[in-house]
Amino acid sequence: MHQQKLLSSRSLILVAVMLAALAIFPTMVSRYYIYLVALMLVTGLLATSLNMVLGFGGMYQFNHAVFYGVGAYAAALLTVRGGVNPWWGYLLGPVVAAALSLLMGLICVRLSKLYFGMLQISLGSLVWAVVFRWYSFTGGDDGMHGVPVPPLISSIDGAYYFVLIVTVVCLAVMYLIVNSPFGRVFESIRDNPERAEAIGVNVRLHQLIGLVIAGFFGGVAGTLFVTVEGSVFPDMLFWTLSLEIIIMCLLGGWFTFLGPMLGGGMVVALRAVVGIYTDYWTMVLGIILMLLIFFLPQGVLGFFTARLGRGQAAGEGD
Amino acid sequence: MLRVQNLRKSFGPFLAVSDANLTVAQGEIVAVIGPNGAGKTTLFKLITGQLKPDQGQVVFKGQDIAGLSPHRVCRRGLSLSYQVVSVFPRMSVFENVRVAVLARRRQVLRLFTPAVRLAGKETWEILQNVGLSDKAEVISGTLSHGDSKVLEMAIALGNRPELLIMDEPTAGMSPEETRATMGLIRRLNGDMGITILFCEHDMELVFNLAQRIMVMRQGTTIAQGTCDEVRCDENVQQAYLGGHGNA
Repeated sequence: MHQQKLLSSRSLILVAVMLAALAIFPTMVSRYYIYLVALMLVTGLLATSLNMVLGFGGMYQFNHAVFYGVGAYAAALLTVRGGVNPWWGYLLGPVVAAALSLLMGLICVRLSKLYFGMLQISLGSLVWAVVFRWYSFTGGDDGMHGVPVPPLISSIDGAYYFVLIVTVVCLAVMYLIVNSPFGRVFESIRDNPERAEAIGVNVRLHQLIGLVIAGFFGGVAGTLFVTVEGSVFPDMLFWTLSLEIIIMCLLGGWFTFLGPMLGGGMVVALRAVVGIYTDYWTMVLGIILMLLIFFLPQGVLGFFTARLGRGQAAGEGD
Repeated sequence: MLRVQNLRKSFGPFLAVSDANLTVAQGEIVAVIGPNGAGKTTLFKLITGQLKPDQGQVVFKGQDIAGLSPHRVCRRGLSLSYQVVSVFPRMSVFENVRVAVLARRRQVLRLFTPAVRLAGKETWEILQNVGLSDKAEVISGTLSHGDSKVLEMAIALGNRPELLIMDEPTAGMSPEETRATMGLIRRLNGDMGITILFCEHDMELVFNLAQRIMVMRQGTTIAQGTCDEVRCDENVQQAYLGGHGNA
């Protein structure tokens, strides 16, 4: 009657091959590339977490970097100022991000579309300003450097594998959520919130839960960034980064599950390459965005899934 | 089952519904008729919670539901099928209905069970019942108008309502589609025991289908009764049927 499986066998093989490649990758390349791929994974996870609400919930979350930054800062502050074990920092960072997301969500969720996004930006800027100015606590515009990382994952290889494992686990959990009843209903809210309400869905509660989930995984990405870089800085919360994350989702394909992962990886790689030649990275990003809107409105992965004749495989994520 | 009393709603200075009264008994098919702008759609939106009434009562199964939010109204067993097609356009026909079934079963907050394992059988039965099973995988935004209207109804049925309210169910349909829809409405009422309240401009359909009719004019109920009573009512003849009693 209908497919009862979450992943087709073809996608499973594809995923297995990709994982194997990522697992043996560090044995073959220099430290720099290991670092770069780790950063791609972190950024991809960040973009995927935004896409939970952007692509699957239709919510214009314009301040997603705040949860990334707050997750990272929470982990760093707990470790450095609170003196707790770094592992606890990793665990609590995302929880703090999720709690902030809940708080902001409670304020914003009654607003729709653009108004929601505008209020999110202003609340996010508020958090950024606090982090930026509170020198005695957050280190102000210098950020914090040399954040202790557990010995097990302090080498670049260790950090890479840690990032890889956590990212894969998070992606798996988010994939489950997207394909759960919660995810289906979230998509229906994206398509038509009035009708969703009329069939008995508590739309605001649903959106609020979606925001908390997105904030949590954004926070996870933040703590992974601490693992890779060993430092945090206020730019991580700034609205320009939020915008960049949105572009990653659009670039990869915001109606596909893995699109944002791809988009995040592409932006990080491009920035590394372009950075060799010019300081004007944002200009290049602007041009990419223009080309994207004109030629690939569905994003790269969206374009290819359409080409493969699977048309609207949105949400199937394979 | 449903009793609407002295319902009133204004939008600024404009009085959309000034004094609406209506009763629907269990198992009935009741039609609301009236010229354009009489307030039929507003009345339905007031009943289902999309709009909050300024005053008056909406009593459903003995409880006043006026002013409750739409999802609460829906959970009490009252579903609306829209006049203007209102589906989930990026999702497949099957998922459109599945979502409604999940909502009724209160499974929407499940985070880690794959949705493909839930509500499949019931969704399939609904699609077969309304005749959309061959289009289950079609993205609903690409359906023809007639099919979209049927999907509208299928979504409402996913809620397994006790009272189904339909706002112009056959508007814009071809004659064949209209006939099929009439048959469907009869089946829903006869076989599944769903009480039906609808409004429609097609008088032939109204007099064929409805057991009782309520007539609205400028936001006010001017008559309610059986088809014959309404047909003979003087007010109705003047206001609506243009004096041709047996139209």
